[in-house]
This record gives sequence, C-alpha cells and structure tokens, in this order.
Amino acid sequence: MKANILQKRSVRQKIILLGALLIIFLFFTLQNASFASYENIMTITLATCINGILSLGVTFVILTGGIDLSIGTVMTFSGIISGIIFNKTNLPIGVCIIIGLLSGAFCGLINGFAVTKMHLPPFIATMCMMMITKGLNLIIPGIKPVYFTEAKNYQKIATGDFLGIPGFYNAIFIYFLCACLAAFIYHRTIIGRYAKSIGSNENATRLSGVRTDRWKIAVYIICGLFSAIAGLVMSSRLNSAQPQLGAGYETEAIAATVIGGTSMSGGLASIWGSVIGAFIVSTLTNGLRSMAVATEWQTVLIGIVLALALFIDQLQNKKAQG
Amino acid sequence: MDKNLVEMKNISKAFFGVQALDNVSFELSSGEVHALVGENGAGKSTLMKILTGIYQKDSGEVFVDGHKQKLNSVRESMQAGISMIHQELNLVNHLTVAQNIFIGKESEYSSPFYLNDNKINQKAKEICSEIGIDIDPKILVSELTVAKQQMVEIAKALSTDSKIIIMDEPTASLTNEEIKDLFTVIKRLRKQNKGIIYISHKLEELFQIADRVSVMRDGVMVDSFPIDQANEDMIIQKMVGREIKIKPPIFDESQFGDTALAVTNLTSGNLVRDITFSIRYGEIVGFAGLVGAGRSETMKVIFGADQKDSGEIKVNGQVVKINNPYDAVNNGVAYLSEDRKTEGVITTLPIYENISLPKLKDFLDLGFLLNEKKEIKNAEKMIEMLDVRTPSPSQLLQYLSGGNQQKVVVAKWLSSGAKILIFDEPTRGIDVGAKDQIYDLVQELAKDGNAIIVISSEMQEIMRLCNRVLVMAEGRITGELDSKDISQEKIMSLAVNRAN
Repeated sequence: MKANILQKRSVRQKIILLGALLIIFLFFTLQNASFASYENIMTITLATCINGILSLGVTFVILTGGIDLSIGTVMTFSGIISGIIFNKTNLPIGVCIIIGLLSGAFCGLINGFAVTKMHLPPFIATMCMMMITKGLNLIIPGIKPVYFTEAKNYQKIATGDFLGIPGFYNAIFIYFLCACLAAFIYHRTIIGRYAKSIGSNENATRLSGVRTDRWKIAVYIICGLFSAIAGLVMSSRLNSAQPQLGAGYETEAIAATVIGGTSMSGGLASIWGSVIGAFIVSTLTNGLRSMAVATEWQTVLIGIVLALALFIDQLQNKKAQG
Repeated sequence: MDKNLVEMKNISKAFFGVQALDNVSFELSSGEVHALVGENGAGKSTLMKILTGIYQKDSGEVFVDGHKQKLNSVRESMQAGISMIHQELNLVNHLTVAQNIFIGKESEYSSPFYLNDNKINQKAKEICSEIGIDIDPKILVSELTVAKQQMVEIAKALSTDSKIIIMDEPTASLTNEEIKDLFTVIKRLRKQNKGIIYISHKLEELFQIADRVSVMRDGVMVDSFPIDQANEDMIIQKMVGREIKIKPPIFDESQFGDTALAVTNLTSGNLVRDITFSIRYGEIVGFAGLVGAGRSETMKVIFGADQKDSGEIKVNGQVVKINNPYDAVNNGVAYLSEDRKTEGVITTLPIYENISLPKLKDFLDLGFLLNEKKEIKNAEKMIEMLDVRTPSPSQLLQYLSGGNQQKVVVAKWLSSGAKILIFDEPTRGIDVGAKDQIYDLVQELAKDGNAIIVISSEMQEIMRLCNRVLVMAEGRITGELDSKDISQEKIMSLAVNRAN
C-alpha cells in the first residue's frame, strides 16, 4: 500500500519535472516565437544528447552514493583514443570505436579501483582521473584535434537523419537507446539492484554477503562506458576529437541527474528523471543564448537551479528520515 | 566528606512507556569517590545523562551544592560545575593540549581575533601541575597515549571549575601502570574536595579507589553503602538481584547433530583473544558478558566482517577461509547484527528485496536478470512461515515493527541457506510482547537442526534459550556453564572476571 504511494511519488516527481520543462519552454517561446520552431527543438535535443548520455552514466555512480567528476574528460579521452588508433593503424573504424569505448570503461575501472581498493573518496579519486585524462587528451594528439575525415561515414553516426526524417539526428536515437539501456540496467538487472542497495546502506549490504567492492567497480565501469558513448557521439558530430573540450561537462551532467530526482546521498535514482533533467539544462542554455544572455550568466543561472534542486533533495532526505 | 555536592531525589524517567529510572535517589559528597555499578541497562548511564543535562528527568529534583537545578541542557549542567569524561574521549586531535583544554573559552584568555597561545599554555600548565600530571601543553593531542588524553580531559573539566567529575569506565583501555597514575590523580582530586562519580565494571578496582558504592538494577537504586562494608560477592548479588527462577529449556542431546562450527585460538585485536569453542547442529549456545567484552567482535570476525589476526575456523569439520561476509554466506554462516537498522536491514527497501539480498543469484534469470516474481513468491512463503505481520511483501522495512523486522532478517538468512545462525541481541528494540515470538522462533530453528549462537546482555534471555553458555570478559572466554549450572550469579562473576 505504502509502496504504491512511493511509486506514485516518483510518477508525481516526473510530472512536476515535465511541468517545469514546459514552463521554461513556454517562457522562452514568449520571448521569441522561433524558439518553438522544429529546427530549434531539434537543436536543443541534439545538444541534450551528449550531456544526457553523460548524466545517465553518472546517475548509477550517484545511486551508489558516489560521484564521478571525470566523465567529461573521459568522454574526450575515448574519442581521442579511437581517432588516434584509426589514423595510426589500418584497423577498420568499427574496431577503433570499440577500442574507444573500452578505453572509457577502463577509466571507469581505475576509478572504481581507486574508490574501493585504495579507499579514496569518490570526489578525490575521480577528480584525479579528470586531471589525468585532461592532460593525456592534450599530450596524446600533441594538442591538435584528431580528425576522422578518413572514415567516410563517421560523421553520419551522430548527424545522419534517423530513418530519413530531416533534422531528426541519429544522435537522438542513440540517446534514446542509451536511456532504455540505463533504465533496463537499473530496474531489471542485478547491477541495478545492488547499486541501489549499496547506496541505501552499504554496510548492511556488505554484511548480507554482497561483495560490494566488485559491484561498485562495475558501476564505475558502466559510467565510464556511457562517457565513452558520449565521446563517440561528440567526435562524430564534430568529425573530430577536440583535446580542449571535456572539462566542465561533468557539472552540467551531474546537474541534470540531480535535477532529475536522483538523490546525492544515494539509494534513489530516476533514469527518466535524468533525461528530463538533461532537457531542462539544455533548454535553459539554449533559451538564454537566444535571449543573448552571455555564457557566463548562463552558468550562473544553472548553478542557481542546481542549488535549488539540491535543496529540494535535502528536504526530501530530512522528510524520509523523520 | 561532609556536605552533599549532588543530591538527586526521586528521579524518574521513561522512554516510550518503558521505565528507565524509577524513583532513583543518589548522593555525592565533596571529597568522595562514589562508585556506580550495575548490569547493562540497569540505568546508570540514563542517570548520568540526566545529571549532565543530556536527558531531562520526568520527575524528581536535583540539588547541586545545595541549590536546586533544572539541568535542561549540557551547558546548564556544566555551569553548575558538572563534567563528564566519556569512554570515547571528546578531544580534537589536531589541536594542542592547551587548545583542547580551553576550547570554546579562548576569548577569556586572548583577543578573539588574534589567538595568542601563551596565556592558555601557562594556565594549562598550572592546572596540570595542580593535579600532578606532567604534560607539555604545546604538544598535539594526537601524539598522546589514551591515558594522557584522559588526563587532558580531566584538566579540561578542571578548567571550568567543575566540582563534580563523572568518569565512565575510565580504565577500560589503560594498562596497569596507567591505572595507577589515574588513581593518583583521582586521589588528588579527592583531596581538593571534588566529588567523583566512578562508573566501572571492574569490581576489584572499586576497593582501591572508591569510598562508597551504589548498585543499580532495572532502573532502581538497589543499595548504597560504604566500601569497607562491602565485598565482591555482595556487590554481585545486589547487581543481579533475587534469583529469578526460569525454567531451563529442555534439550534432547541425542538430537544434536555433528559439529557445525569449531573455532580455535581465534585472535583479532584486543577484544578477540584466543577464542576457542565449538557448536553442534541443534544447539543453542549463549554468549554472555558485559558490554565491551568482545562478544560481537568475536562473531564479526567469524562472519568475516572483521579480519582475524590468527586462529582457525572449521565449518562442518573443514577448515574454511572466511575473509568477508560473502565467504561466510557461502559457508552457511549468518550474523544477525544487534544494530538491526544500520547493519541488518535496509529500511528504505521492500521486504522481498531485503530477503533476496544475500543470495540474489538464486532469483535471477540468465544469471543477471531480476525475476521479481520469484523473489516475491519466496518472500510470501517466508512471511507465512515466520508469521511476519505485513500487508504485502512489497512493504518497505521502515514501516514494520522491530519484531517483524527481525523476522525479515531471519527470513533473509534462511533463504540464503544459512545453517549456522549468530543472533546478536536478538530482542533489542523489540516490544516485550513480541520477544516471546522471537524466542519461540529461535527454539524452532534449533529443533530444525540449525546451529544457533545467541549473544545477549539480558541474562534471563540466555537462561531461557540456551543449553550452554560461554561467558566472555576483556576479549577472552572466562568460563562455560551448561544448562544445569546456569545462574545469574555464576554468569555475573565470570563476566566481571574477578580474581578467584
């Protein structure tokens, strides 16, 4: 009976989020009618993809009560790895993409190892990974962008029209698939269950005979993998991996996750909430830009929205305890 | 030893309808060391928490130095001149001795904007030399031994002109040499007409240091007498009270199976020392002792939650390596924690998710897909078998009563296939009425051929359940009693590990 109420609460939360998204959208449309044009909506959606895929991955880490600050630079790292290998060897692009994805997963593995076996706080461990990959991103290609021009259809992976619908990029479909995959992992697999248990009460989970370290490592690997998928979409869209990009993406992705209702204290996540959260962040960014608000001020505003979302999360935690 | 420093009159305190203190009176004179003893849960700490303003009394009066005091907060109690030195010391490791002593009072000795340590260093030195302790006030607290840190706490109490100092198990982690030093300091405090309330489980200490002993039991002050009129036997007798006749459980020893668990020379840190025992299937073995005797620590090592230093564990006659709870579960060993809410269950998850947690593998399709139908079906079976009162297996644990939560913990371990069940304080936080249900359940589980260990601080619980009792004190097993020999006095005298 009370479980039903809880389920209802999560539905209610999504309705509120969608309502907030709609209000933001209407607000900008009133400022500028072209905001609601098909082209602009597709632009917003495309912009949501990369941030959104990153936020899906980090949702799992936050679910366990951790954090991953390296997602942005790992994203770029995996793009650079796959591009460099493609340019320096004769391997087909498909293989290079897979190697790129694996490099992201590998970064996740190292993060997980640092958190569980070296007992570093997740904030510190993943901040180190952020610095390491940020540096490597510049060192490996020699500060130059890595181009995929030799791979003819590489750009199509993200920017091709899905099923020939004009303006409906493949990237959007990839994002949708990723969200379905994430929801599947969370709701239907042992990893999702254990991630939730660990985030709810790690000690009790460990004392129930669960090898919590291994499952936490698995979760960081998943996060790294999602970051690498974002890297694939990003490099395809630009037809190149840009060494300077990456840092800063983590804040918007984490913001999307938290706005979406995933609790920073762990144990409670919402995959589709993260999707809506990502849309809220990119709609805000796009809308403010259309109103010619300077980038600096966009960041200020998103910071304020994030603080509000965290405040609501805090209130709910208190309620749950009381 | 003339005037009363503290007078507590007819103090009563109830928690959620349970009477923790019933009309308790207590007096402390100046220049007196007054020992307060009693079993776990007798009410000593509740009484002291009222004196230090942590709890508020329901009724009764407290006079300090002849003045009636409300003691509504820790601050008020401190202002009245009362300080408590807790077992876990409250010092800031990265500050110096003097900085610790004067923490929160810096502005009295220097400008609040520019802290100058010279004055407090000097003042700290004065206080320390007054009671004869030799500590450099400029040294960091983290560099001191526990014994020296305790001295800093005493100095801190004196810096606020405390007249009454409460010490909770002050010798628990001290060496014999350090205990001597502590007693020297206590004797000096006594000379300065301070009043000291001394809580300890170590009875032989009382005869060295105390002037008077008060014994509490079940929330009541049983007796209070000068130490020279007392002996250990008498104190123990007062602590356990009149022998309550509990019909010992009937066990048919021929029904016992093979040895389930055999532990040899198990050692880990200070609280698990050279533990050797074994248990057969069908047995219920009790572990008695006072809080801090090392019982839970021992079981946590057996369960793999903590690491052992040395020793051997055999399950079903085979030497096993248990490095973590995962290994324990695979060997059929389960530990039902005393701290149910933080270690036993996940209160924010539904019943069925809690039950399938240890062996989720058994409820998966293709090795990774959750099969909630299967989980719920098993949960329903368990709920019926153990009579868990809940509207549905999807109910969140936080909405169940303590007794029902405990049943879910049992369900969880039975579902994992555990045959060796370690119950740590199985009825803690459970209503009196529901306790019997848990007892029946434990006995039922033993009859079904499980091997059961029960840690309990309630001696009556142990007497009612177990066919054998091992008593621990200071990390060691100090004795074994079988059901014919079990009595509260025998358990207590092994638990305080008195020199015979």
